Amino acid sequence: MFKHLKQLTSLFAMIAVLFAFTTEAMAKKSKTLKNTQKKGFVRCGVSQGLPGFSNADASGNWTGIDVDVCRAVAAAVLGDANKVKFTPLSAKERFTALTSGEIDVLARNTTWTLSRDADIGLTFVGVNFYDGQGFMVRKSSGITSVDQFKNGISACTNIGTTTELNMRDFFNSRGISYEPVAFEKADEVVAAYDAGRCDTYTTDKSGLAAQRTKMKNPDEHIVLPETISKEPLGPVVRQGDAVWEDIVRWSLNTMIEAEEYGITSANADSMKTSDNPQIKRLVGAEGEMGAAFGLDNEWNLRIIKQVGNYGESYKRNIADTGILPDRGPNQLWTKGGILYVPPAR
Amino acid sequence: MNNKIKRILPQLLTILFVIFVFGFFTINAQVNMDNRGIDFGFGFLSQEASFDMQFTLLDYDGQDSYLWAYVVALLNTLLVSFLGIIFCTILGVIIGVARLSQNFLIKNSAAWYVEFFRNIPLLLQIFFWYYAALRALPLPENAQPWFGVTYMTIKGYYIPSMIWENLNVFMSCLIAAIVAIIFIRIYARKIQEREGKQLPVLYISLALITILPLFSFLIGGVTLDFEMPVLKQLAQTSFIFEGGIALPPELIALVLALSLYTSTFVAECVRAGIQGISKGQKEAAASVGLTPNQILKLVIMPQALRIIIPPTTNQYLNLTKNSSLAAAIAYPDLVLVFAGTALMQTGKAIEIVGITMLTYLSISLAIAALMNWYNKRIEIKEK
Repeated sequence: MFKHLKQLTSLFAMIAVLFAFTTEAMAKKSKTLKNTQKKGFVRCGVSQGLPGFSNADASGNWTGIDVDVCRAVAAAVLGDANKVKFTPLSAKERFTALTSGEIDVLARNTTWTLSRDADIGLTFVGVNFYDGQGFMVRKSSGITSVDQFKNGISACTNIGTTTELNMRDFFNSRGISYEPVAFEKADEVVAAYDAGRCDTYTTDKSGLAAQRTKMKNPDEHIVLPETISKEPLGPVVRQGDAVWEDIVRWSLNTMIEAEEYGITSANADSMKTSDNPQIKRLVGAEGEMGAAFGLDNEWNLRIIKQVGNYGESYKRNIADTGILPDRGPNQLWTKGGILYVPPAR
Repeated sequence: MNNKIKRILPQLLTILFVIFVFGFFTINAQVNMDNRGIDFGFGFLSQEASFDMQFTLLDYDGQDSYLWAYVVALLNTLLVSFLGIIFCTILGVIIGVARLSQNFLIKNSAAWYVEFFRNIPLLLQIFFWYYAALRALPLPENAQPWFGVTYMTIKGYYIPSMIWENLNVFMSCLIAAIVAIIFIRIYARKIQEREGKQLPVLYISLALITILPLFSFLIGGVTLDFEMPVLKQLAQTSFIFEGGIALPPELIALVLALSLYTSTFVAECVRAGIQGISKGQKEAAASVGLTPNQILKLVIMPQALRIIIPPTTNQYLNLTKNSSLAAAIAYPDLVLVFAGTALMQTGKAIEIVGITMLTYLSISLAIAALMNWYNKRIEIKEK
């Protein structure tokens, strides 16, 4: 009898300890920043390999404009743009990884939509690439416009993306019957399309341009001129941590605004003595721009110095790699594009 | 009194512990979902799915609900499992018997087959059949007909579809034939028990099942037409077959990989079952004058099946669960469509993964129940 009583007490003790942990976890909200600083790295979800956006080289170094958003956050909160742990995620896994707390920032060419923003427990913090869905076909097919698509066409794409839904809207509105072939990973889509399984490959146009570089003979394929949807791609955070949300949003905004004011990684330090107060605020020489986030005053200077402004990031990752040399809508509003961010003041 | 407590207390503690563990995880999930603003609920099942599926057995359109998408995807999973089980059984029995052959060549090729296919990971085999075999297939415009009317291409296997008129008359004739065969079998058994005479049941059955449906064509007004797949040009170098039935390459690759892989295990079960019957049984049967066919059918198989069925059930269950690897090659099964696309579009991870797990559990339990029932039927009835 006494023996069992002892077991019972230890069981109750265990219960008490477990409940203590849960209540403690519940008490502290907005703890992402604290956790990140304690761990010493930013946990960032990226794609499984999309040149220009997030792609790892042979030695495991990640590059791309999505990667740069995470590096900017790391530079801001940890002081070192390299302190990022990248987690490659499929389209299907990405939101669960974020909501379950496996990662803290999702920068994975993700389209901002109402249902994702409102339903799933996510918050989109901005747009780092304005994109639209398009179609790729083999040059030899002679197709030069989506108007030439006929009944029975087969289209390869990824599952779990807005692409799958847009494709249906597009073909239905035109009354074309089609065969959707949806894979889990982008590499599998490319392999199947390249093998001739599908007549067309559809995804975001930037994705098409990037994946084309992976094909056996990139020159044999063309991206059709039509754009069938709006795809504003941007970084995402978990709902419920307003401070962290602001840090990620303004890390991105800093990069874009730095380009607007001509601040680059090379001249950022010398800009501290600029006459323009807006520039001085962007390099931490005026105002208390970091206090609201619980950061020091030079968080934005570090972003510009270590990662560069948006223009530098775009040139390094997307233009110079030959993916999309023309910036199109992803040009500053002052230069005919639609990149326009609220002022940092 | 003391003894009673000793007996009950451990059970009580176990129950309490189970309740506690479940409660802990439920509360934890609830708290975390609340914190992140995620609702729990199954209301999404009635919402419009708004995505299309490549291959369905029943009519499905993006306007249908998630619930219907679930049903259609489940049927796709069941189809693959069903086809896989049929093919792996046929192949497994042949290979298993071949492994016991006296012929050196047959025996050793069967052994090599088993060793080869069961020692390569299934996912790799699926990828091989899909990507390697797929690339080897011709484009629709270059396809040469198989058997004159079917076309194997990179976009799928195209076969003629049947167009029936008065199908119900044909079906009733078929059912009548089957009922007649059952009665003849019962009658034949009675005759054999009473007079020791054997009726040629097999030939009578074959005659019935061909002649009766044939009559329906001659006098029942049943007609059967075939719709042939016809090549159609979509663009300069893009062709497709229209008409007939198109089996997607994803389905073919998956069924092929699953049945080749599982057949090796079934073959081993069959071999073990036959080898498990002592030689004396066969010799005794021969000494009372049974023919080799009768020995196999009446003496060896009934005993061997008792050894074969339980482990084979496991293989059927494995095949069904392995069919979820379909997601890797775009076959729209339950995992790809429901636990993939639907999960992504709704964000209801806990609900959808829960439903999917329960579904696989139910399928497995149903197969196990069926096989247990069959096993009960053939086991030794001790009197």
